[in-house]
Amino acid sequence: MKSMPSWIYALGALIFVLLFNAFATPGFFEINVLDGRLFGSVIDILNRVAPVALLSLGMTLVIATRGVDLSVGAVMAMSGAVAASLIARPEGNILLGLNFGDSVFLIVLAGLVTGLLCGLFNGLLVSRARIQPIVATLLLMVAGRGVAQLISDGQIITFSAPAFASIARGATLGMPNPFWIVVLFAAVILVLTRWTALGLFIESLGSNPIAARNVGINTGALLLFVYSVTGVCAGMAGMIAAADIQGADANNAGLYLELDAILAVSVGGTLLSGGRFSLVGTLIGAILMQTLTTTILTRGVAPELTLVVKALVVLAVCLLQSPTFLHMLRPKKVAA
Amino acid sequence: MNRFLSQERLPVLITSVVAIAMFLIAGFKYDNFLTLRVFFNLFSDNAFLGIVAVGLTFVILTGGIDLSVGSMVGCSSIMLATLIRDSQVAPPLAVGIVLAFGCLIGLTQGFLIARFELQPFLVTLAGLFLCRGIALRISQQSVQIDHPLFDQWASFSIALPQKSSLSFAALLLFLVVGIGWYLSRLRPFGRAIYAIGGNRQSAELMGVPVRKTLIGAYVISGICAALGGVVFTLYTQSGNAVSGTGLELDAIAAVVIGGTLLRGGYGSVPGSLLGVCVLGIVQTAITFDGTLSSWWTKIVIGVLLLGFLLLQRWIESAALSRRALAPSGTN
Repeated sequence: MKSMPSWIYALGALIFVLLFNAFATPGFFEINVLDGRLFGSVIDILNRVAPVALLSLGMTLVIATRGVDLSVGAVMAMSGAVAASLIARPEGNILLGLNFGDSVFLIVLAGLVTGLLCGLFNGLLVSRARIQPIVATLLLMVAGRGVAQLISDGQIITFSAPAFASIARGATLGMPNPFWIVVLFAAVILVLTRWTALGLFIESLGSNPIAARNVGINTGALLLFVYSVTGVCAGMAGMIAAADIQGADANNAGLYLELDAILAVSVGGTLLSGGRFSLVGTLIGAILMQTLTTTILTRGVAPELTLVVKALVVLAVCLLQSPTFLHMLRPKKVAA
Repeated sequence: MNRFLSQERLPVLITSVVAIAMFLIAGFKYDNFLTLRVFFNLFSDNAFLGIVAVGLTFVILTGGIDLSVGSMVGCSSIMLATLIRDSQVAPPLAVGIVLAFGCLIGLTQGFLIARFELQPFLVTLAGLFLCRGIALRISQQSVQIDHPLFDQWASFSIALPQKSSLSFAALLLFLVVGIGWYLSRLRPFGRAIYAIGGNRQSAELMGVPVRKTLIGAYVISGICAALGGVVFTLYTQSGNAVSGTGLELDAIAAVVIGGTLLRGGYGSVPGSLLGVCVLGIVQTAITFDGTLSSWWTKIVIGVLLLGFLLLQRWIESAALSRRALAPSGTN
């Protein structure tokens, strides 16, 4: 039991859904090459999962410290609004003073800095003001969309910038760019947490905050770090979303994605009570959720049922993680 | 005892001062703001939010949270409209069915949280998805209600001096606040709620029926959210599956501003009504101004929420340090 990775259930479920599709959905695994780029359902899943995957990477670290970040959806809306404002430069925009021209690098940097600032704000509230994470990040979740609308002046800013749009729509080495962005972020975070002591610090903070402080871990700085990472990830996700629709919609960008991200993390085997975390599991969880969504859509089932399916998945995962529930199951098996 | 009183009363006191100050400042700034009409409309316009917030107060007092209230509003709204229009159910019976549905969802959530000790946050998150999914499954278009009795409810109001009036929704709100206050302050159930929020282990050891009480709190929240949906349907006279999106945040904000600690154990039902009033004043003032865009509401509410959260922290740490300084015998 101990030797099995925590994400084994998620992987099993993913294989099950993929097998189901292999038999039930004709052409699910078909991959075509067009203009040196791969197309197909599987590629589409890897492309569409990018925003949620980015959010859940950061969320994994936050949840490992016993926290949660509800503001990621709103942060996406803010960074999207900043990027769109800098590109389209609409009349009367409050960011008109900043002119980055067509430099995609500077615009992406601005979006990431927006995310970083939001993350620092959340981190300060949690580590300095000691406000519960749910509440501290709720604040930015409420006010963040207001700020995003303030930045975009209440408009849905649309733009036509092929260079920026290629963040979401372009492809490199045959795979869509969002896929590579996720790979890059995942690699950096994996190296940071698994090749340095950082991951160990995060796990000890989540397992026992008082003990972690007593052994000399700077818990305040650590919290600040994990919320900042989540902010930056959300900033990047916001730019993928903005580049995908070539516009910024402050009301709907990233709406409910915080819930999807939490779902991906918990399905991926990271306990919501903190401590041990698994980034690989999170990625599998995110892909599983996206595969489920795509399956439901391609099967012609009513799309609103995805919400119901997600609800049932959350409950199933919660129950499987609940010691009380597992304890209840055991004697029943004996009796049978 | 005195320090608990101050810890509990101080936030409500500060909220009252803030509410009155905001009302007066807006009154000086905008013509016709300082009238009974604006005052009573605060209750008529925000009745659904108030009803939802009262139910949520019980859950937050136990130290839990209910994220499903917003989508419950949407779900009960579309369910009510469909029942009346398509199934030709008499409105009182339809309201009864909708409230029973809210009760059922609350019961399920409460059972999962109390029996299996699941995190309230996650269970109600699943509830959020489930209710919105069911609502969208019922109908994705808004459903108009055209029923004489329902129209009568919607247009009913009590005339008050200065052309002001109280709508049916506002009267319902006062009724719900009254019942909520009675349950939380004068019944053993209410005492159990506060005890669990204060310290679950101690409550359990003292023989408080923890599971039953927790389930009760979520049932109340579910019923109140469903009733909030009914009231919301009264305003628009039509059901819409997406109504109430994000309402859970406004409701949580109202409860927190109303002086209830999110940790549980401290707070009051009338305080939440006060919190709703503060949100209502912000919204009304921004509407009165005309030049400020609606998104300022969100920003102002966020800033207010931040202020009250920092205040809560400050009161808590002040109480803690006082306890630490006090001779050990008094504790």
